[in-house]
Amino acid sequence: MKYYRSHVLVCVDPDCLKKGAHEVMDALQDELVAQGLIDEVQVLETSRIGDCAHGPELMVYPEGVHYINLTPSDIPYLVEEQFLKGRIATKFVEEDKKTTDEELSAPTSKEVRVVLRNCGVIDPENIEDYIAEDGYQALGKVLTESTPEQVIDTVLRSGLRGRGGAGFPTGKKWQFCRASAETPKYIICNADEGDPGAFMNRRVLEGDPHSVLEGMIIGAYAIGCSQGYIYCRAEYPIAVRTLNIAIKQARNMGLLGKNILGSGFDFDIEVRMGAGAFVCGEETALMSSIEGRRGEPRPRPPFPAVKGLFMKPSNINNVETFSNIPQIMLRGPEWYASMGTEKSKGTKTFALAGDVKHTGLIEVPFGLTLREIIYDVGGGIKDDKEFKAIQTGGPMGGCLPKEYLDLSMDYEELAKAGSIMGSGGLVVMDEGTCMVDIARFFMEFIQDESCGKCTPCRVGTKRMLEILERICDGKGQEDDIDTLEMLCEQIRQDSLCGLGQGAPNPVVSTLKHFRDEYEAHIKEKRCPAKVCKALIRYEIVDGVCTGCTVCARNCPVSAISGERRQTHVIDPDVCIRCGICMQVCNFNAIVIN
Amino acid sequence: MTIEQKDSQFIQKSIDEAIERYGAKQDELIPILTDVNRAIGYLPGEALDEISHQLKLPKSQLFTVASFYRMLSTKPRGRHVIQFCENAPCHVAGGRQVWQALMDELHLGPEETSEDGKWSLLTTSCLGICGVGPVMMIDDDIFGNVDPKAVPDILARYH
Repeated sequence: MKYYRSHVLVCVDPDCLKKGAHEVMDALQDELVAQGLIDEVQVLETSRIGDCAHGPELMVYPEGVHYINLTPSDIPYLVEEQFLKGRIATKFVEEDKKTTDEELSAPTSKEVRVVLRNCGVIDPENIEDYIAEDGYQALGKVLTESTPEQVIDTVLRSGLRGRGGAGFPTGKKWQFCRASAETPKYIICNADEGDPGAFMNRRVLEGDPHSVLEGMIIGAYAIGCSQGYIYCRAEYPIAVRTLNIAIKQARNMGLLGKNILGSGFDFDIEVRMGAGAFVCGEETALMSSIEGRRGEPRPRPPFPAVKGLFMKPSNINNVETFSNIPQIMLRGPEWYASMGTEKSKGTKTFALAGDVKHTGLIEVPFGLTLREIIYDVGGGIKDDKEFKAIQTGGPMGGCLPKEYLDLSMDYEELAKAGSIMGSGGLVVMDEGTCMVDIARFFMEFIQDESCGKCTPCRVGTKRMLEILERICDGKGQEDDIDTLEMLCEQIRQDSLCGLGQGAPNPVVSTLKHFRDEYEAHIKEKRCPAKVCKALIRYEIVDGVCTGCTVCARNCPVSAISGERRQTHVIDPDVCIRCGICMQVCNFNAIVIN
Repeated sequence: MTIEQKDSQFIQKSIDEAIERYGAKQDELIPILTDVNRAIGYLPGEALDEISHQLKLPKSQLFTVASFYRMLSTKPRGRHVIQFCENAPCHVAGGRQVWQALMDELHLGPEETSEDGKWSLLTTSCLGICGVGPVMMIDDDIFGNVDPKAVPDILARYH
């Protein structure tokens, strides 16, 4: 094993990236090469060292020194002090801050890392790094000490539920597949993470691929199969590359292939890439895609556990589900079940996106409230604006308003509130978001991604989109809300797969919680959030305008007129509502009505 | 040698290489089409004929697959392909203005290719880097935190 005397973990979270984390990292690599230290010091990308307020920042181990506010030009000095002279470059260290290991593992006290524990801590392209963190120990234990039935029992007792969205108990799924008499059987890892705003799986695949492989090998042993597939979306080329490296290393070490660890158990894994189709995240569509067909869902029954891939019994789990397995085997089902709520056990990773201060990945136990997630973990709403809604569960999820901020995040509570857990995307929206526009937006997505196989989804979503577009254009009709509700119900009931059945959800939930906004659009031809272009007017406030002419000079369609030092006027018939005048005005004299 | 012959040879070579890499099996169809699409830029009818012949699959089946997946194209694409993420996190982070800037700058609509064959403007599903939205990808380069005003500068880097 390659030995490094120091490890540098550079934070590459969005905020730090904006401030130039990659430039700092490049400078660090160059300097280490120049000083001949590149074989002694390892540089890795990590996330959430601190709160990114003083980025770019990095940690140096084993000392655990936290350097902040770095620029590429600071690097030669830092390398000289830290790595050549072996002393802390104090001028880049936050003064009154004690640095400890916990700082890296849990940036806020509400977070717990199980799935993400190795991400940003180990080198994903080095199997030895994973093994040093107890990797493949669970596999060894399972293969030598447990029967497949015992493995399934352990998973059942842990309470682990499918992290792909539906939340079906993983142990039960394994049991069904094990019970199928036909052979061969297949185990599939669903790495087709397509939900907009969700990138939890990408992080695990790129940061800790072996945890997924280990989970899959244990699963394969439990259900009794010898071939596995990882179906990864083509939009994640780095994840595919990392996986292939990991598989090769595992094969070289006898952890994949024939007679794994001398136990007589054979198993191997192949990576399959999608080619850009959201619906392939649906399990039966995914199997069609692996078979080389259009990714269209199939009717169930027969369920995949009976007739799945190549019409053989198959078990399919999500990336996050598999990466939980080794820890459950190692630390015991009781430990796992001690986290979370009564029916939702363990932790869940979420991708926080939208108008929240700290976007990025988090991992928290089930049962935290939305308020805790948004304000304590996410740092609150950007620019201290007012919270308006949160969209959970991806494009087939629902939007929840502020009355639900104290909702406990678990499968049951979310379903009761009219949304879903989904794979874990959380999009936070502030007061400046128009909910009708958002519903239109999600419908556009669904319409785009509908595979076209069944009519309710293919045609129904098109009709819904037309109505929503009409409403946003100020041409909504009195009965539009009723028509929408009828379509929602029919599409939900009659579609073949989860995509169609969930398609109306954004509309259903916004109609339920923000009905007044729809009514304002339709009846008063007004967009309360001032987003829908056809329903807003830019106006110049008399008395605030100084007549500086900046707006008139910048207007692309010459809609603004007025004498110098006199209040200007916008002609609403010419104005295209591009908003440039508002951006360039130095006196905030332009408002939207 | 005429240009057309050269093209045919190139197509043949791309297909042979892809089938050599994966094997002539139906369940390798998508990887094969992806590689050929990448090599040629799209999947011309001639290429589908040849793959159909080698894999012993009806051409209709190849076409149904080629037309289903977003990353496969049966129409020629520009030398540079812009893929703009149109999903919610990028949308709320100001993606709409960037998209407008792209369309204005290139005088192209969604899924269109410029007449000089330089640009194709496509939308893509989520690229999973939502923390730095709005995001777009030009060929294999990813651009995050894109500002509408920066669009002309970014485009100018490509020739």
